Amino acid sequence: MANVFAFAETRGGELRKVALEAVTGARQLADATGGGEVHALLIGAPGIAAKAQALGEHGADAVIVVEHPALELYSPEVAAATAAERIRSGGYRAAIFSASARGKDLAPRVAAKLGVSMASDVTAFQPEGDAIVVRHPAYTGKVITTLVLTGTPAVLTLRPGAVTPAASPRAARVESAAPAIDPGAARVVPKELVQGSNTKLDLGEAPVIVSGGRGLKAPENFRLVEELAAAFGNAAVGATRAVTDEGWRPHSDQIGQTGRLVSPDLYVAAGISGAIQHLAGMRTSKTIVAINKDKEAPIFKVADYGIVGDVLEVLPVLTEAVKKAKGQ
Amino acid sequence: MKIAVCIKRVADMESRFKIATDGSSVDETGLKFDMGDFDGYAVEAALQLNEKEGKGEIVAISLGPDVVQETLRKAMSMGVDRGVQLKADRVPFDGLAIARALAAELQGGGYDLILFGRMAVDSANQSVGPMTAELLGLPCITAASKLEVANGRGTARRELEGAAEILEFPLPAVVTIDEGIARPRYPSLKGIMAAKKKPLEVKPAQLGEAHLTVKGMELPPERTGGRIIGEGPAAVPELVRLLQTEAKVL
Ligand SMILES: Cc1cc2nc3c(=O)[nH]c(=O)nc-3n(C[C@H](O)[C@H](O)[C@H](O)COP(=O)(O)OP(=O)(O)OC[C@H]3O[C@@H](n4cnc5c(N)ncnc54)[C@H](O)[C@@H]3O)c2cc1C
Ligand SMILES: Nc1ncnc2c1ncn2[C@@H]1O[C@H](COP(=O)(O)O)[C@@H](O)[C@H]1O
Repeated sequence: MANVFAFAETRGGELRKVALEAVTGARQLADATGGGEVHALLIGAPGIAAKAQALGEHGADAVIVVEHPALELYSPEVAAATAAERIRSGGYRAAIFSASARGKDLAPRVAAKLGVSMASDVTAFQPEGDAIVVRHPAYTGKVITTLVLTGTPAVLTLRPGAVTPAASPRAARVESAAPAIDPGAARVVPKELVQGSNTKLDLGEAPVIVSGGRGLKAPENFRLVEELAAAFGNAAVGATRAVTDEGWRPHSDQIGQTGRLVSPDLYVAAGISGAIQHLAGMRTSKTIVAINKDKEAPIFKVADYGIVGDVLEVLPVLTEAVKKAKGQ
Repeated sequence: MKIAVCIKRVADMESRFKIATDGSSVDETGLKFDMGDFDGYAVEAALQLNEKEGKGEIVAISLGPDVVQETLRKAMSMGVDRGVQLKADRVPFDGLAIARALAAELQGGGYDLILFGRMAVDSANQSVGPMTAELLGLPCITAASKLEVANGRGTARRELEGAAEILEFPLPAVVTIDEGIARPRYPSLKGIMAAKKKPLEVKPAQLGEAHLTVKGMELPPERTGGRIIGEGPAAVPELVRLLQTEAKVL
């Protein structure tokens, strides 16, 4: 039996879905080692404690709440010091973070402070004796590794979507704690959170992604991509590097080897050739649809369903059909 | 500024990979190698920072067997002043083991800035940069897509999922570099000639024990795509039917 720590990521005072995934993952690991407790760390501006309940519903036995007026913006140094201090004093078997932009920043700092190794971007995990054995996609997803992590605590970051948030309700004890370092003394100072165009659904969380490539011909034609995404209702918009290089879409929308790695239930590639660097970011999607006017385009090799045609003609018709199917 | 850039030699990701007979590594026969994508951006960022100032020194550091000297020469042909190989028979998978060896070399080097790639595209750990920063006790920014430095302070932008953040920090500092900073330059012929004469120091890597080890590697199942269902808008009804009944995503 062993206790497991989970870091609950927030943004703008709200829990992110990956926070529930981290707590669910920690619950699974605690249960796999005979049913220890899950302790979640929640950091933010005063009022963030209200989010503790949702963590309890997903299996946290205790929530450590660190509230401070200066923590409205996420501070990497405060988060790392506070998490490391808590993990050190709590005697945990493992500490679970998210493989999100912030989790990937935070977990290695914490692991190094604790002097332990870590496994990143984990898609599956399992305790084996004193070790934890994990699966970790490497080589731009072209090789799947099985890694053995020894040492205590075992620090892991979970790939978004690898664990589905599951209910495991309990009335979590709420414990308040102070930040381990004074936010005013942090050397790295957060200045601003810039909200992107994709404020509704994030690429990592959206069950459906509609992505556009150079085949859309002009930035204004991305309206067609956005309209299809809106018709699905649960979709985010992605892009290729050709498009982000042109400045048609922000770099944060880029999917691929040097952009985001995504794995939605449905990926619609519109006017995308299917370069290897793009495929690296989306080839693990459950279902792939491709629309391209060139029937030899490599994207068709990975597509479950392909339509050979002009995106500018196909997209509006598809949008209407999806609306109808959704009963809108 | 005195800038260090840590670069890793990695296989060309366009390759068709095969798992070696040991079952826990990639068969390197016939593969091409170069510095990692993000490490290339980091080298370019360092060059541009010092070109703007008109002075300074850039040192590239790579841990690995003698073949990494090629990667260091490539960095020098782009304009890096000198190279350091931290010699090891093989590069461990464990990011902390690598970070310890890099930190031992960087410690006391008097660097204003230490740059890394956001991640090594082979191991995809995304941990060596921030771990090295912690070991050195330096401020750290990861995955910077913009970086400005003036008067001993830096400002960086980081991309988040659907948002971005701006952070300020004092030098010396560690920064890991994302795409979007600057596209790496191609070495000029003159650069390639000059690189041959630049100093390249070889030292043993102080690798500790690894606590993250590879048990196995496998190739993911091939996607069985390739089904074209029709042409133009006329194919839309069939697509919608398949999405509803077969893929069940609509
Ligand atoms: C180190 C490195 C890293 C990279 N990282 C990434 C990455 O992370 N993500 C990424 O996406 N790319 C990346 N790239 C770039 C990648 O190699 C491709 O250049 C890029 O993905 C191409 O984008 P595209 O498909 O939009 O454009 P193109 O390759 O130009 O393809 C456009 C497609 O649109 C089709 N088309 C044109 N008009 C129409 C029309 N009217 N209707 C229908 N179809 C049409 C064409 O047939 C063509 O197939 C990287 C490259 C390198 C070297
Ligand atoms: N063997 C190495 N030698 C030098 N730098 C390295 C090495 N391995 C990793 N790095 C640096 O650390 C970054 C992140 O690597 P990783 O944490 O493995 O994804 C890389 O982009 C390099 O800048």
